[in-house]
Amino acid sequence: MSTLDSLTLSRIPAEDEALRAEVRAFLAEAVKDLPAHVRARSWGGYDAAFSRKLGARGWIGVTLPPEYGGGGRSAFTRYVLVEEFLACGAPVGSHWIADRQSGPLILKYGTEAQKQHYLPRICRGEAFFCIGMSEPNAGSDLASVKTRAEPDADGFVLNGQKIWTTNAHHCHYMIALVRTSGTAQDRHKGLSQVIVDLTLPGVTVRPITDLSGDSHFCEVFFDNVRLAPDALIGQEGQGWEQVTAELAFERSGPERLFSSIVLFDEWLAWLRTPEGRSESAVRLAGRIFTELAPLRAMSVSIQAKLTRGESPIVEAALVKELGTTLEQFIPAAIADDLFGRDSAEVPLELLRTLNYVTEVAPSFSLRGGTRDILRGMIARGLGLR
Amino acid sequence: MQDNDLFADAARELLRDQCTPQVVRAIEGGGSPQALWTWLEEGGFADALVPEDQGGIGLSLAQVFGVWELCGAHALPVPLAETMVARALLAQAGAPCPAGTIALAEGRLEADGALRCAEVRLGRVADSVLVQHAGGWQLMPVARAASEPLAFCLDATLRWAPSQVVLAPVLRPGLPEGIDLRTLQACLTAALLAGALMDVFQRTLQYANERNQFGRAIGKFQAIQHQLAVMSEHVFAARMAAQLGCAGDGLFPDRLRVAIAKSRCSAAALAVAETGHAIHGAIGFTEEYDLQLFTRRLHAWRQSAGSESWWHAVAGQALVDGHAGLTLDLLRRATDVAEEATAE
Repeated sequence: MSTLDSLTLSRIPAEDEALRAEVRAFLAEAVKDLPAHVRARSWGGYDAAFSRKLGARGWIGVTLPPEYGGGGRSAFTRYVLVEEFLACGAPVGSHWIADRQSGPLILKYGTEAQKQHYLPRICRGEAFFCIGMSEPNAGSDLASVKTRAEPDADGFVLNGQKIWTTNAHHCHYMIALVRTSGTAQDRHKGLSQVIVDLTLPGVTVRPITDLSGDSHFCEVFFDNVRLAPDALIGQEGQGWEQVTAELAFERSGPERLFSSIVLFDEWLAWLRTPEGRSESAVRLAGRIFTELAPLRAMSVSIQAKLTRGESPIVEAALVKELGTTLEQFIPAAIADDLFGRDSAEVPLELLRTLNYVTEVAPSFSLRGGTRDILRGMIARGLGLR
Repeated sequence: MQDNDLFADAARELLRDQCTPQVVRAIEGGGSPQALWTWLEEGGFADALVPEDQGGIGLSLAQVFGVWELCGAHALPVPLAETMVARALLAQAGAPCPAGTIALAEGRLEADGALRCAEVRLGRVADSVLVQHAGGWQLMPVARAASEPLAFCLDATLRWAPSQVVLAPVLRPGLPEGIDLRTLQACLTAALLAGALMDVFQRTLQYANERNQFGRAIGKFQAIQHQLAVMSEHVFAARMAAQLGCAGDGLFPDRLRVAIAKSRCSAAALAVAETGHAIHGAIGFTEEYDLQLFTRRLHAWRQSAGSESWWHAVAGQALVDGHAGLTLDLLRRATDVAEEATAE
């Protein structure tokens, strides 16, 4: 059996599904006044107050152990939550990274003191994290990072720069991949992960305005920032292995299929009216649906593998490539439908949502590993490298 | 899962030994399919979907998916998957089952009472055809039909004179709402496509690793690697879709799942055939090289029982006209398979 025929149909367990109705009801009320073009931001949408509300309900850190404030539930419970957040367009950006990556990372590699310090606040929606990976000269070639945490008697001294850091200006902490020994030529060796309190002296965060006018990503400068010894998370020198494991978990989730789902549903709502319906649009809707469905089945099946402790890295890369390609096709195809008609009174909110998703769509296949990097990973998985 | 695997393992060995490329070519060239069919019949595969109390094995679609996939992966030139479905339908209708293979086809009763099937897949090698037309279902012997060739060499247009039509009783197998012959044929064709897609991909991958140009295997070039990566994505997704089409614990699939399966596999067929030939270059274009046995089928099967656009319309109607609210809820309905189907 090869990677390509390794997936069997899987189902989200009933005890995890049980949460869905409650989440749906809560979200229906919580987002009812948000217009579609705002809901379309979803995991790019920042709302700290909303995150605290979710935290109060126990819906952040749902997989973390109860002794650290978590829900003690399975990864499938989180899967259900995330599907609902994305489908409803809930503004979950504030706590997104802490919930998806930083919390589990701290649980896996952190000391007892680190877990006690960070995890309960993550679960309450009070500690937001960002990921410090990219640098001006280290993008796809992540191993060439130059930001350096120089060990000394009191801990580390941090110097350098990160860029494209999502939500850094709204976050409390960054988990940064930095060099703690050797030079950039040592590549994967000598890298470590450190937790940086972004309020420390010497840290400067500058938002970067993106092409849609939003400021969701930032550049972050470190000028002789003093880090205590317990800023190190995991093993010194094991940063590359830790980061790689982290990436595998973020490539096959619902957020790789549903980035355009609010737009798709908004368009479908119009197709269901007499003015909006056309045979070619119905067929296009069917095309998108028939591509989404196997992807959802694959994503659930990969989640089942992850839950069993397997590490389906290539499978996850395949899903991300397919998923983001479809996410990008959706706004392009909907625009062609709407503007391929002789005349139609298209609702303004649908057009605004289309415009937003069209503008941000290029990012879908950049974040979490570009298309070309993923194809290289797939090729390696196929034995071509 | 285990039943499925054991059953598929038995088929794998038999098809590898008996359905070789030479045999496929011989049958395509007009040779008799009888010897190959006898092997399959003796293997017990044709009665897999017939209930146990009617002499069959009583397997579900999900349990025969693996065998259908193998039929595709071996370019099987006889209608085994179709015969499996037809025998189960005959058993359900309480009709006697004839010896030999049975193709499936949509038919039209003409004004004079003749029955015409414009496209019978494998109609040139089948013994009978189970036809669905406006008046019901009839089992028609191929030997009594006027046969005309179609574009794909093993397919045929068949026409039975009124005197033949009145001899065949009208059957009424109990089918669930929305399930017709095309749905059943699309379901099994998607599984055949999944198998052929995997085969074409594996051949192409192997060729890229073996063929040297510019002093190294062409698979070492990034441009080829990326083409193979994209090809593998299609194969990966199509196989999941085909599994969805066959999900369930009975004989009948879910129509929306079949729409997903057939359209996704058909779309993949086009892309995979194209890249397979692009990477093979001129050798893949020859009669003597086996690639063509599979890529010709990818196109034939894509065009069979509704191309991707036909099924996109079916899925689109389910989504736009038959559903309200979040797309997620229809996605869940389509992809959350019943517990028993996932038992391992």
